[in-house]
Amino acid sequence: MSAGTGSAVAPAIEVCDLQKRYGEIEAVRGVSFDVAAGETFGFLGPNGAGKSTTISILCTLAEPTGGTARVSGHDVVAERLEVRRRIGLVFQDVTLDDYLTAEENLRFHADLYGVPKAVLAERLRRVLEMVGLWDRRSGLVRTFSGGMKRRLEIARGLLHSPRVLFLDEPTVGLDPQTRSHIWEYIEQLRRREAVTIFLTTHYMDEAEHCDRIAIIDGGRIVAMGTPETLKEQVGLDRVVLRAPDQDQVTSALRDRFGLDPIISEGAVAIHVANGAEFVPRLFGELGVPVSSVSVARPTLDDVFMTFTGRTIRDAEASTSEVNATRPWMRAMRSR
Amino acid sequence: MSSEPGKGSEPVKASEAGEPFSTPEHTGASSDPLVGTAPAPVVAPTPAPVVAPTPAPVEGAVRLGASLDIAAVRIAGGGLRDDARAVAVVWRRELIRFFRNRLRILTSLAQPVLFLFVLGTGLASMVSARGGPQGSVLGAGIDFKTFMFPGVVGMTVLFTAIFSAVSIVWDREFGFLREMLVAPVRRGAIVVGKCVGGATVATLQGVLMLALAGLVHVPYSPTLILTLLGEMMLAAFMLTAFGIMLAARISQVESFQVVMQFFVLPMFFLSGALFPLSNLPQWLAVLTKVDPLSYAVDPMRRAVLSQMALSPRTRAVLGQGMSWDGWRLPVGLELGLVALAGVVVLAIAARRFARPE
Repeated sequence: MSAGTGSAVAPAIEVCDLQKRYGEIEAVRGVSFDVAAGETFGFLGPNGAGKSTTISILCTLAEPTGGTARVSGHDVVAERLEVRRRIGLVFQDVTLDDYLTAEENLRFHADLYGVPKAVLAERLRRVLEMVGLWDRRSGLVRTFSGGMKRRLEIARGLLHSPRVLFLDEPTVGLDPQTRSHIWEYIEQLRRREAVTIFLTTHYMDEAEHCDRIAIIDGGRIVAMGTPETLKEQVGLDRVVLRAPDQDQVTSALRDRFGLDPIISEGAVAIHVANGAEFVPRLFGELGVPVSSVSVARPTLDDVFMTFTGRTIRDAEASTSEVNATRPWMRAMRSR
Repeated sequence: MSSEPGKGSEPVKASEAGEPFSTPEHTGASSDPLVGTAPAPVVAPTPAPVVAPTPAPVEGAVRLGASLDIAAVRIAGGGLRDDARAVAVVWRRELIRFFRNRLRILTSLAQPVLFLFVLGTGLASMVSARGGPQGSVLGAGIDFKTFMFPGVVGMTVLFTAIFSAVSIVWDREFGFLREMLVAPVRRGAIVVGKCVGGATVATLQGVLMLALAGLVHVPYSPTLILTLLGEMMLAAFMLTAFGIMLAARISQVESFQVVMQFFVLPMFFLSGALFPLSNLPQWLAVLTKVDPLSYAVDPMRRAVLSQMALSPRTRAVLGQGMSWDGWRLPVGLELGLVALAGVVVLAIAARRFARPE
């Protein structure tokens, strides 16, 4: 241990102006960010925003059409094998061999990654116990539930002690209880392993587990920061007003309350600190007819809307063609 | 092609691995507070004002305390040793899957058994119909099933090899291929492992068929069995490589039917597995000569027939195997051609998989 050499720890991930286009479609349009070693970093955005494409470039499964990316100090194009040996991956869909047992799947992985025999037994036990599958290690994977498979994949992703663990939508398709379990495991591994975690999600509540979040839309990062700061901006309650005359309401909100209303889906939306307390004030001071008012706690939609001025649904509709095939499915299959 | 079970199991010692077991990055990361390495806030060009403050300090000390004892593992690079280990592990997976699915072993046996004992018996009665056993086309001393036997063994190897190879398409469909492709090993090693694995499985399946030799009057002579075994392995290697080359281009499981109809069945029928390659019309003779399986079936048939006591006339009819413009190819050349085809096709398959996306 060379304590205190003073040299700064290199970022675990360095991405500079990354671009990826598939024919006419620009999936990633100039993304730049750094992830510090030990940090848990989340990519938040709607389907088709470029999350999976970015992750597959970082994992060397796809080549960027522009820009550079380095993972654990190695270029993802020029030093592909160096990157691969330092990363762990949990894919969005299951990549286990159903006909093998849990332990056989892990041993296959360990052999492929050259985990030394001397540490394998201990390591195997450690990761399996962590995800609560030690007792099921001899069970065929085909008999596992979706949540168990995901847990096994997380264990496998950690088996070779990667520097950076990529989790692509780690909880997608799981029921709420299993989702919260998966997050318990992720929290646990953040505490126990000095691993940098890069994850993608389209759930705002999950993004809160991250040290920092980048919100991505249309292939670009539109906002980045800690969950707290992002929430300070978007963690405001959302008040939606419907009125016979929207323009009148909009200007009244601007003039009398100093707010910046957004018109979306035929209603006027504003963001205020405490919606429940704001409504009586609104009735007292607005002086313009309003047909309905609703108050909602912030959702990803609100986060998203704050930074992009449109709803996620709009965003997913406009990028649905990008999402027609998952980027790396396309990369693997259409050849 | 020896399917040596690639002993990649020797422990990699840290000293000879060229890299200290605990890598500098790890120890460095553990001693250095992670605070202060915060990336600069990135603000994308968007209308909304974005405040991106520095990340919250990561409590590195807390995290790293528990991690050190398990975190350091030397991971594979791209050396020959790693390649050999990758070949071995992919090969082992094929074997585990083969032995785990016993039903498939049995059902794969059903088709060749039907061909040999139903079709073979039916054809035998026809072939020998002219004047009974004594005056039959084949003459005395040989059963048509004996003639068919090497062809049916070849068929078993063919179908098993192609099925094993095309399981790559299933691996792709169900995601496991990605687990292999993202590993820090050369993709060529994965392809070779898959090929050696498929070839081993196909040979094993062929051995089960070979065990029925006695039922069709083929003697269990050790030299014959060993010869057939070696020839089966070679054929299995070539056919699996061929299947993998096809699988690289197949994106859907449904396309497997296309492979069967347009490649496997023509290969089987044109190989001379079911009929002698003599006195064929020109168009058919040409087709049989471009079928690589012909060059694998013919040596097996020669080996079997060499064990039988045949009249010169019978030998003349049945023994006319692969010839080019009247020149009878020697067995060594035939086997050499099969091996060459296997290597070439495997190289193409490896290239197809190694191509970056």
